[in-house]
Amino acid sequence: MRITGLLLALAGWIIVLFALALLKSTAQEAFVLSGLGVEVFGMVLLFRAHFFIRRGTQ
Amino acid sequence: MSTVPAITFTETPAGVVCLISVLFAPLAIAGLALINAGLGRSRSAAHAMLSSLCATAIGFIVYVACGFSFASFSDLPSHISVLGGKPWNWIGAAPFFLRDLNSFSSQASVAVLLQMFAVGIAAQIPLGAAGERWRLGASCVSTAIFVGITFPLFAHWAWGGGWLTQLATNCGLGAGLIDTGGAGTIHAAGGLTALAVVWILGARTDKYSDEEIPAALPGHNLVLVLFGCFLAWLGLLGLNSAGAIIFNHAGSGAAAIVILNVTISACASALTAFSITRVRFGRPDSSLTANGWVAGLVAASSAPALLPPAAALLIGAIAGVLVVSVVNWLEMWLQVDDPTGAIAVHAAAGIWGLIAAGIFARISAQRQWVAQLVGIATLIGFVLPLSYCLNWILNCFYHQRIDPEGERMGMDLSELGAGAYPEAVMRSDDYSPH
Repeated sequence: MRITGLLLALAGWIIVLFALALLKSTAQEAFVLSGLGVEVFGMVLLFRAHFFIRRGTQ
Repeated sequence: MSTVPAITFTETPAGVVCLISVLFAPLAIAGLALINAGLGRSRSAAHAMLSSLCATAIGFIVYVACGFSFASFSDLPSHISVLGGKPWNWIGAAPFFLRDLNSFSSQASVAVLLQMFAVGIAAQIPLGAAGERWRLGASCVSTAIFVGITFPLFAHWAWGGGWLTQLATNCGLGAGLIDTGGAGTIHAAGGLTALAVVWILGARTDKYSDEEIPAALPGHNLVLVLFGCFLAWLGLLGLNSAGAIIFNHAGSGAAAIVILNVTISACASALTAFSITRVRFGRPDSSLTANGWVAGLVAASSAPALLPPAAALLIGAIAGVLVVSVVNWLEMWLQVDDPTGAIAVHAAAGIWGLIAAGIFARISAQRQWVAQLVGIATLIGFVLPLSYCLNWILNCFYHQRIDPEGERMGMDLSELGAGAYPEAVMRSDDYSPH
């Protein structure tokens, strides 16, 4: 789950980069927001992963 | 006919104000170090201060050795690639060890100094969040990695003429990322690195009970913490003023606006945190009020020269609410053990500062908010994974967490062999089981 979370965060950033390089105006804004959404999802997975790791070590 | 010698940046009024302002910045390092020490328990106080000193020293040396080479400045060489028909400035290419410092413009020389002090401030943030369990040697190596790789990359993109500042010309996004005082570059980057380190280290042994209930482990010296807040205020005023002049090309008069806005934001944030804790707990909470103060300083750091004072007040008030909420969420629901609240204060308030600049900054260009969101996306999608991976690799070779017996004894005794205070002064509840 940790690796997935990290990869999702990275994937979101790459979506943002490609949106900047390839798209214009409204589509660009939509894809920047989508990329940020993917990153937030990755963060949620990271928080959950570490929550369960902590519980597992108790 | 006599020729008039060219006036360098440091001979202009703005340059003089900038240079004087930069000299205040180390006070912020001292302030954050005191906050870290005061919010920890007395058995780790000397360790906290020594870690701050060592991390600052290592940070300065590594930054001079290679960090500034990657961070660079807008009028120094850098590596540029063409993508989608547009030039993208990815990484600085200034010489290692500042070899050609004498040939730099005077503005670039002041930028070196400013960035070096900024590195010292950023290095304090993970130390606070990972306090009472992060080994001294590991914290030094981790700081060297942060200062040598992670920080310079983002600093180049945001401050050194990199692709985040090029968003204005390449994509028509406002004036590019605006972060003159380092809300993202210093605070959010440091705060997200702190989160990565805390995830890798885990919580302190006595923080959570078997029933997942967090124990209250209060700081041992709130006087140190509150004095640290005043020092951080002076230091960040200096850093913000200098940043506005160097990175925003503002005149010397901008320093007054910066000082006003940053101070108002800190006041609003501290009073909001004070009020919330007063209502929730029946009495004001000193440590959360101190966190609110610093969060206000951080949140206004993105574009302090471009904000109307009323907006700075609102930004500070929201930062105060945010810091109290995020400290609570991290501790209670996400079980992230951050003794100083550094992740909430620096990462959350720093990201809020970037958003706020997109909303409130007086910029004539359109779509500034998109440029600010791209900056935030870069922090979450690049800085956090990079920091996590680098610290995870370091942890494989050099275990970063103190052993359980050392943690029980306290960092001072286990790592330094002596406590910060005479035995009679030590707080007895530092050793009580939870």
